[in-house]
Amino acid sequence: MNFEVKLFAGAREIVGKDLVIVSLEAGATVADLRIALGQSIPALRETIEHVKFAVNHDYADDDTCLSPDSEIACIPPVSGG
Amino acid sequence: MPRLTFEPIDSACLLTEVQSARAGAVVLFLGTTREYTDGRRTVSLEYDCYRDMAQQKLEQLQAEACQKWSLVHCAIVHRLGDVDLGEVSVAVAVSAGHREAAFAAGKWLIDTIKEVVPIWKKENWHDGTSEWVHPGISE
Repeated sequence: MNFEVKLFAGAREIVGKDLVIVSLEAGATVADLRIALGQSIPALRETIEHVKFAVNHDYADDDTCLSPDSEIACIPPVSGG
Repeated sequence: MPRLTFEPIDSACLLTEVQSARAGAVVLFLGTTREYTDGRRTVSLEYDCYRDMAQQKLEQLQAEACQKWSLVHCAIVHRLGDVDLGEVSVAVAVSAGHREAAFAAGKWLIDTIKEVVPIWKKENWHDGTSEWVHPGISE
């Protein structure tokens, strides 16, 4: 099952794209997504340990289940202000 | 409603928005872009955001502050895109019955905005390099 993940700021710059598609099993969680992203994009491996993920515009815990129609985003530590 | 804008922030206008005969106190916080950070010189900054989520988070924080401190009015604006040195990158203006509530709400708002709203700044350093600022991630 394919999941689209939005990327921003440093994560987007490392990958060179603002969207990546990650293949995961049905019922996959945020924790599974974190592992899969680190494995499929080695350059992201260090950053991925520090990011949060948002599902449908809300921060999601590691055990949150993902659905392919959810809006999923990788949120590196924020620095607004 | 909080605003995300590519245009310069008019802080005088924000003050007018929140002033009211029902309020005895107005607090305005301006975050401005700094030239030196830990001895390194910046030439300009750039702000990026996850727009839909940032807007939603700002609205949630505004509503929470209004309720918790019984604010009369609350205005929040954050800049996006390129921002020159010394310009306002974020503005929070609140009005309340009394100063204790206005100060507390203003401080909580800017602290929480910096902690949870998906906005990022990129430092363009004087030496020609640049980097996205991600607190907690080493270069």
